[in-house]
Amino acid sequence: MKHPPQETPHKIVFEARGVTKVYDMGTVQVYALRGVDLDLYAGELVVLLGASGSGKSTLLNILGGLDTATAGRVFYRGEDLTQADEHQLTDYRRYHVGFVFQFYNLIPSLTARENVAIVTEIARDPMTPEEALDIVGLSDRMDHFPAQLSGGQQQRVAIARAIAKQPAVLLCDEPTGALDSKTGVVVLEALERVNRALGTTTAIITHNAAQAQMASRIIHLSDGQVTQIEQNPNPMPASEITW
Amino acid sequence: MKAIDRKMLRDLRAMWGQALAIAFVIVSGVATFVTMTATMDSLQRTLATYYADYRFADAFASVRRAPEQLQNRLRQIEGVGQVQTRVMAAVNLEVPGFGEPVTGQIVSIPEGKQPVLNQLFIREGRLVRPGREDEVLLNEAFAEAHGLEPGSTLTAIINGRRKTLAVVGIALSPEFLMQIQPGSLFPDPQRFGVMWMGRPALAAAYDMEGAFNDVNIALAPGADVREVVAQLDVLLKPYGSQGGQERADQPSHFYITEEFRQLRSMATILPVIFLAVAAFLLNIVVTRLIGTQREQIAVLKAFGYSSTDVGWHFVKMVLVIAAVGAVGGTVLGLWMGNGMANLYMEFYRFPYLDYTLRLPVFFAVLALTTGAALVGVIRAVRRAVKLPPAEAMRPAPPANYRPTLVERIGLKHLFDQPTRMIARNLERQPIKALLTIIGMAASGAILVLGLFFSDAFDYIIDVQYGMAERADLTVTFNQPTSTAALYEVQAMPGVLYAEPFRAVPVRLHHHHRSYETGISGIPDRPYLRRVLNRDLDPISIPPEGLVLTDRLAAKLDIEAGDQVLVEVLEGSRRTIAVPVIAPAQQYIGLGAYMNLNQLNRIAGNGAALSGVLVAIDARYEDQLVDALQERPRVASIVSQERIIESVYETSGQSTLTFAFILTLFAGVIAFGVVYNSARITLAERDRELASLRVLGFTRNEIAYILLGELALLTLLSLPVAFALGALLSAATVESLQTDLYEFPVVLGRGTFAYAAVVVLSAAAISALIIRRMLNKLDLVGVLKTRE
Repeated sequence: MKHPPQETPHKIVFEARGVTKVYDMGTVQVYALRGVDLDLYAGELVVLLGASGSGKSTLLNILGGLDTATAGRVFYRGEDLTQADEHQLTDYRRYHVGFVFQFYNLIPSLTARENVAIVTEIARDPMTPEEALDIVGLSDRMDHFPAQLSGGQQQRVAIARAIAKQPAVLLCDEPTGALDSKTGVVVLEALERVNRALGTTTAIITHNAAQAQMASRIIHLSDGQVTQIEQNPNPMPASEITW
Repeated sequence: MKAIDRKMLRDLRAMWGQALAIAFVIVSGVATFVTMTATMDSLQRTLATYYADYRFADAFASVRRAPEQLQNRLRQIEGVGQVQTRVMAAVNLEVPGFGEPVTGQIVSIPEGKQPVLNQLFIREGRLVRPGREDEVLLNEAFAEAHGLEPGSTLTAIINGRRKTLAVVGIALSPEFLMQIQPGSLFPDPQRFGVMWMGRPALAAAYDMEGAFNDVNIALAPGADVREVVAQLDVLLKPYGSQGGQERADQPSHFYITEEFRQLRSMATILPVIFLAVAAFLLNIVVTRLIGTQREQIAVLKAFGYSSTDVGWHFVKMVLVIAAVGAVGGTVLGLWMGNGMANLYMEFYRFPYLDYTLRLPVFFAVLALTTGAALVGVIRAVRRAVKLPPAEAMRPAPPANYRPTLVERIGLKHLFDQPTRMIARNLERQPIKALLTIIGMAASGAILVLGLFFSDAFDYIIDVQYGMAERADLTVTFNQPTSTAALYEVQAMPGVLYAEPFRAVPVRLHHHHRSYETGISGIPDRPYLRRVLNRDLDPISIPPEGLVLTDRLAAKLDIEAGDQVLVEVLEGSRRTIAVPVIAPAQQYIGLGAYMNLNQLNRIAGNGAALSGVLVAIDARYEDQLVDALQERPRVASIVSQERIIESVYETSGQSTLTFAFILTLFAGVIAFGVVYNSARITLAERDRELASLRVLGFTRNEIAYILLGELALLTLLSLPVAFALGALLSAATVESLQTDLYEFPVVLGRGTFAYAAVVVLSAAAISALIIRRMLNKLDLVGVLKTRE
């Protein structure tokens, strides 16, 4: 298995300054983010914790180049994402970021292996789909279609898909949101393993405070603002988390 | 194979029914296009080679009798390449075993060798040997119609004398691709045939030794045919020429070029309809597909697939469908085209057919289908690729409904809840509803268009032969004959009533326009040949003045009351001004009518007849025909019943084939539209319908909501189909009008009924399929899936 060079700790990967996002709903303007300042460091596992509507998904989408900020700036390894055009954002997503979504978002017409392959085929220096599925413990389910997999298995395929390109960052939006706690733990374990083994900077969104215990830093969001950043020197292993 | 392409193929397989329905519509369009284009292309190429190889002349002229020496002067006309003089004669024939009158046209050829121009393709047998006076070659169509072959004999009445002719060969000529008896509308190879005979024999029989009555010209390279014909006319006028013809006006060539023109217009109209419908279907299917794949699109984008990648992914899917349609349609079209070309070969006699699909036609097919497919989906695909990935991750917002107009104006209480759902759904997507209606209407319209020809045809025949021309037999004399002939015919056994007519070739002039036609002289109280006005009531022809067919009047820009210059092309050869009275309705030909007495005064020769129209007692028909054929002055005897029969015989088979194919294709369209619309409505609303089932609605009740909408759209499409069909027919007719005939836009109730039945049946079949799907609606599953 290939390993990316370990990044020195505390090297900044993301630098967000005054990020604001306003949705224009015709007559009303909805503020999803109100001037967020935030740094994410290489190799760390952070949890963005907040209630529904706190703006955490919006922040993650902006960091991942899925959405653009209304104001403020976001730097990825010193490159200003807010100035990037469509083409640059596509390249950014293609080569640097991996996403895991709450509802897995697998392509139903493709098998587990093919769902990973669809990403490795366009990536630079990816691992093989088989390697990625092995990391998430699904070697024996590679030729199953999403409909033939349980929710937890589907989410692990989604994780394999996200890590297969060996991204610098892994962004996870409520990865256990649609799962029961037992299955959720299996998924969190997979994320933890990836973070440890590959040194991938991992940001997990959740509204579940219990899950935050596995992070080295916990960033609290509320009403579109960062309200608190909590250091967690002794993260709890995912296997011990319950909710 | 790449994973994304595998996804495309699996997505296609998942919607194979819809994809196939669309592919079939494309197949229909492409097949129609290929059939007609390949047929036309092959016929045109064959024709060009045939004309060149067999030296088809560029200009033609007939005279009464001109000395052979005149040939030298014709050769000196600037632009003339080659000159060929010959003798032509009309004869009555007796074919063994065939009791009806048969007319023939004998064309002279040199003994023992091919003519210089209009050479013969010898299918069987040989040319005429020198010194053999009784040898003839028969035209293939005529020979086939009577089972004659080299070695057979037949009898000709040449200048009143019976002569037995020996068939020595069967031939084809570029000059007679089809043989139409002068005055007829359609070829009738049983009753009219062309044959070739040695020149000395024919000249001797018709007193044409050292003379000719027909001349063919081949142009020198670069010569202008009009100037040559004008010079020709100057030289030939003293010998009784009624004006030369350029190739474009030569009857056989004119017919086939008209045929090509009609084919071309059909080759445009029909495929355009099919491809437009296919584009619409692709649009609704792909729009729907993209709607259901919002998340998948977002994921692809989130993982770094560019907008172009995503757009190309959907375009490729559409192109696969288009390609299946294009290839299937080409194969089907080639096969049908071969059949059609062979039908044409029955009608137009070519020695061979060079039937191939040329690459440009295939490229045109590819360009057309790709173009139509892309036009259909470009908007939907563009919307898909524009979707920001974060936006796509959220489910589409719930559709925006509101009370419909009928409800808002207070008629709400008239509808139950399901009916309101139908109405609101339609009102929410008016464009889609409208396009669905138009799509279905297109299929109905194609049927109306297909059946329209036979409706129009029936009508023309009915007007022409039921109301205007009512004689059982038309007896034409060799030349204008004294009125005594009328009484002679009148007195023959079996004749119930005889009416004289005079036909005089003329050229009509009005301002700078002119047109060559014939004036028919009609007696005072006509019974057998009547002129009709626009309301199809008989017009009485006053003693003075000219009645023109309204199309001819339009052609010459004449209105009632104007004076027209009549240049008589025979006898007196005078030119006099005559006032035009009412216009007449006539669907076949561009005729002009005048009182018989006035026509006789203008044309000279005193009171003379060109022929006699006869109403007969059918029991004496054979006897009468035999007796008439014995008369030396009788040039031809044409039976009206046979004309009508032959018209239907020749047009019947092709009309039926055409109608069958159109029915099939129109059914494909109707099915494609209804099935796709229903599948999509079902996909869009399966949650809603499943919820209703959970709430206690029966299968029939939810079927009503879904199928009721389709039934309503189908019913609404019918009047649109009728209107569209009438419009299409009118548009097509516009391109079919020729000097030969006018197609009125007449549509029978049967046509509408038939179109309605086909559309309703296709809709019913797709409704049944959808109804079965509703039975399988997975109540729990549907409700569990996330919005």
